[in-house]
Amino acid sequence: MKADVPPSGPPLVELKGISKRYGDLLANDGIDLSIEPGEKHALLGENGAGKSTLVKILYGVIEPSAGEIRWDGRPVTIGSPVEARALGLGMVFQHFSLFDELSVAENIAVALSSDWSLSTVREKLGEISRTYGLALDADRAVWTLSAGERQRIEIVRCLLQNPRLLILDEPTSVLTPQEAEHLFTTLDRLSAEGCSILYISHKLEEVRRLCRRATILRAGRVVATIDPRASSAREIAALMVGNAVGEVRSDAPHHPQGEALRVSNLSLPPAGLHGQALRDINLVARAGEIVGIAGVAGNGQSELFAALSGERLADHPDAIAINGKPSGAMGIDARRRLGAAFVPEERLGHSAAPTHRLSENTLISHAATEVSRSGFILMNAAKRVARSIVQSFDVRTPEGDPQARKLSGGNLQKFVIGREIIRKPKLLIVDQPTWGVDAGAARLIRQALVDLAREGSAVVVVSQDLDELFEVADRMAVIHQGTLSPLKPIGEWTKEAVGLKMLGVSQAQGGAHAL
Amino acid sequence: MRFELTPRTNASTMMRVFASVAAFITAFLIAGFVIWLMGRSPIAAFDVYVLQPLSDPWSLQELVVKATPMALIAIGLAYCFRANLWNIGAEGQYVIGAVLGGWLALRTHGSDAGFWVLPLMLLLGVIGGALWGLIPAFLKTRFGVNEILTSLMLVYVAQLILDYLVRGPWRDPKGFNFPQSVTFDPSATLHPIFEGGRVHYGAVFAAIAVLVTAIILGRTLFGYRLKLTGDAPRAARFAGFSSKATTLAVFAISGGLAGLAGILEVSGQIGQLQPSISPGYGFTAITVAFLGRLNPVGILVASLVVALTFIGGESAQIMLKLPLDLTQAFQGILLMCVLAADAMVSYRIRFATRGGGK
Amino acid sequence: MTVFEAILLTIVTASTPLLIAALGELVTERSGVLNLGVEGMMAMGAACSFAAAVTFDSTLLGVVAGMLAGALMAALFALLVLGFAANQTGSGLALTILGLGLSGLIGAPFVGARRDPIAPIDIPGLSDIPVIGRLFFEQDLFVYASIALTIVVAIYLVRTRSGLTLRSIGENHTSANALGLPVRQVRFWAILFGGACAGLAGAYLALVYTRFWSPGMTAGRGWIALALVVFAAWRPGWVLVGAYIFGAATVLQLHAQAAQFGVPSQVLSAVPYLATILALLLLSIRHGRAIGAPGSLGAPFVPDR
Repeated sequence: MKADVPPSGPPLVELKGISKRYGDLLANDGIDLSIEPGEKHALLGENGAGKSTLVKILYGVIEPSAGEIRWDGRPVTIGSPVEARALGLGMVFQHFSLFDELSVAENIAVALSSDWSLSTVREKLGEISRTYGLALDADRAVWTLSAGERQRIEIVRCLLQNPRLLILDEPTSVLTPQEAEHLFTTLDRLSAEGCSILYISHKLEEVRRLCRRATILRAGRVVATIDPRASSAREIAALMVGNAVGEVRSDAPHHPQGEALRVSNLSLPPAGLHGQALRDINLVARAGEIVGIAGVAGNGQSELFAALSGERLADHPDAIAINGKPSGAMGIDARRRLGAAFVPEERLGHSAAPTHRLSENTLISHAATEVSRSGFILMNAAKRVARSIVQSFDVRTPEGDPQARKLSGGNLQKFVIGREIIRKPKLLIVDQPTWGVDAGAARLIRQALVDLAREGSAVVVVSQDLDELFEVADRMAVIHQGTLSPLKPIGEWTKEAVGLKMLGVSQAQGGAHAL
Repeated sequence: MRFELTPRTNASTMMRVFASVAAFITAFLIAGFVIWLMGRSPIAAFDVYVLQPLSDPWSLQELVVKATPMALIAIGLAYCFRANLWNIGAEGQYVIGAVLGGWLALRTHGSDAGFWVLPLMLLLGVIGGALWGLIPAFLKTRFGVNEILTSLMLVYVAQLILDYLVRGPWRDPKGFNFPQSVTFDPSATLHPIFEGGRVHYGAVFAAIAVLVTAIILGRTLFGYRLKLTGDAPRAARFAGFSSKATTLAVFAISGGLAGLAGILEVSGQIGQLQPSISPGYGFTAITVAFLGRLNPVGILVASLVVALTFIGGESAQIMLKLPLDLTQAFQGILLMCVLAADAMVSYRIRFATRGGGK
Repeated sequence: MTVFEAILLTIVTASTPLLIAALGELVTERSGVLNLGVEGMMAMGAACSFAAAVTFDSTLLGVVAGMLAGALMAALFALLVLGFAANQTGSGLALTILGLGLSGLIGAPFVGARRDPIAPIDIPGLSDIPVIGRLFFEQDLFVYASIALTIVVAIYLVRTRSGLTLRSIGENHTSANALGLPVRQVRFWAILFGGACAGLAGAYLALVYTRFWSPGMTAGRGWIALALVVFAAWRPGWVLVGAYIFGAATVLQLHAQAAQFGVPSQVLSAVPYLATILALLLLSIRHGRAIGAPGSLGAPFVPDR
């Protein structure tokens, strides 16, 4: 790799005044950024700050509305990812750009220029795997691989092209702490070999571990370029968010009582071709507490959510009891009538219909209640409910009763969580409550969950965000390949222990803590 | 050259109506061009296709007569298409409705059976169409078989059943070996609304279907359920709406309405069973449903417009020697224009020439 | 030639158009686009090829015209679904309606005309083998071409770089776009290929199978070709097998009709359609839904620029 570039030369890449406009929204507003050869540069910012837009421009996926890109000091136009790769850019996407049904080798070959044959790819794959300790089986189909392995494909795909700049978009969001550390070692090594790294994240700790220079974006603009190790976490957070974000308030000790949810020996075969089976899940959530379920994406969280919500029925009625009633064979509607409420992970298309107005979206979980009478919709009642959700949960809307897709991620999440909380459920089950949500909305949502529990409801939070679980949960378990570890009080967990569980490594201690 | 699409965030109702009108005008211009290519005068064709039928009372009645089955079928299809389920076998459901209803007419032929024959025939028509429609629905919900292909294959089967019956067991023994049944008794015949007129009571059924459907789709949970199933199927499951029940329901409704259209046509218009009882109403209704934007009132308007092309096509065949297939070609062009117009409402479309062949 | 040999020969001729049309649709679908307009493109192929062949008295020109007509229709479809991101189901149905109508206009002046049979290509020596000799080695050029096409498509999809790109785009167009693969360009050519194949299948129907033109002569074969792609789980080899099973069903029911077993002819005529439903049903029972379907099949693609 190009370790011979003199450090005194021009920056490897220089962005000048990059702007991107989508209709009325200015996603990037005059962004300047430069990266030296061999530098590990962080791009920090909240969800929605414009980080992904910026790197997609750099990688030629989208076209900037204005601005200039210089590479080795020369102005360039990057019209497509193919041109970007030809320049020496490599990109590891947050939502992987992989093809489930194809093999690892095919996935790599398809992104390379046509003089790479499958057999050359296989050969080089072996070499790179050995050099960097990135083990991959060339002939496995991608859908059989874990998130960590999938990321390895993306990285190897870049490395095979001898990149001079490697861009990683939120790479650790799907990794265990141990896998993340392994990634950092690889990145350190690449940087030492002269490859520049642009590391996109909203996690301060990682950025401080890895980078000496960080550009901070807020609302599409650069607010500062700093040395993350020289600034305090509080300072950086203030720059990212704009105003200080308060902690979630959790009151005096509480005394949970009464089982709102009991899951007994729940097992389910995989739903689709590539689904995860659930194996012998046991879980109890009591009124007044928050139960956290940690785990790396794809380990059975969505399957567990579907089984708990009744979108998929359990194998026997007693597998799930809601407020003491066997409900494993009940549909989601019947479970709602028992006092349960649910918020799935995916906002657009699952918890809300993107093209429907907020008032219509209230029908999705309130259909059996005050918004309808003998099969007819009471539109005014639905509008009233929507209005009160908007007011109680500080949902910022562009107009009175907009389509769901016009709301930002954070505001829509506040709406769908508010839609359930306003029904005063005895049991709330929520999957990834703050995924892709800005800090302000995340805090409001976590506070609402805590408040609901303190008022005597049971809350089950499934989340990949360990910090979030440590903040709100009273008890926690880890899900790995469809198996749930025993629940333990949050105080008895350490991040390392959770990380090992997420990897499926069993520990000697901890077994004694039953439900 | 390259097309670039940006989703529009504010598509107004006005824009949608305007897009329909624009699609219609574009389709007329293209058809005019085709007629010009065929060496005829587009202006004379426009006169025959559109102006003459609209200025003649007999043609106006005929318009309603032709629009009735298409409106009924297309309204049924609106239930399906809204839920993103593709029943394209309405033509077969129409035929089976006519066959089952017609069975009663033939069964009671010559007897002094009373007033109950006709209502029972209509009911049997609905049941026949619904059952035929439920076959693809059942195969889809139970086994996951693609409903597009099965519903279409059943059209051919239904037509062959009718063909067999009127050439075999149901043939009129005194019909000089023509493949047709006896003429229905008056008690099995739907009468014109006005003495001596052409418009029969089937039009009333179409009007009722429009009204009831407007209420169901616009005001009830069932209507919302279809919309949600079509727009966001996972959200529909999350709302507790079973997709299997939805599928069975909409196929039964659309099949039933198509079956009703079939028996109305046979008992009100043709008066007997014969090998061909439809000029493709079941397929044309797909165009009608899209042109009416899956909205009952829109469908009513669209069915009248498309009926105009049928009548215009018939007179053009006689007066201008333009083949009837031109009507079908025009309907295809019209449907394409409507779909393109829909896209223009949903997306801002820009033609970019920069970069060339990307 | 024995009756048995004759039947086998007609099975080959009945299967070939299904095979060609299904192979074209298979490539289109593997790129992630569902084109329901096969019936319309086939009808146009039949009408245009027959018109050209009669007008210029040339089978070759007829075939070229048929393929061009199919490809032109497909280009119209591509404009709708790629250019305007229009609904693929609706656009395909529109294409069928348009194709059936337009083919009626084009074919009308040629009703009643007849073409001479085209000479089979005899592979000397091999065609003298009893029974299978004439079956395998004395067919018309189209039959050999259709078999060759099956092999070419199979190799193209699995072994070539361009085939890998096409499969990737069909599997996940979002990922493909992020990697910079030319999603719409590849799909455009795949749709055009599908159209040309459907046109060729139509040409074969009009110029070889019936040797005359009549309205609605495709009689649902385009739809059966669509079903074959599902039946074959999007694999070219299985399309070949499926096409021959359906071809056999069609021919045998015709012979059964001629033999007058006392079964109404309509029952036998319904056999191909019922067989299609049955095949789809058996496939679904065996495998669950839509095994092998490309991941992005039928989904509209709007690139984010």
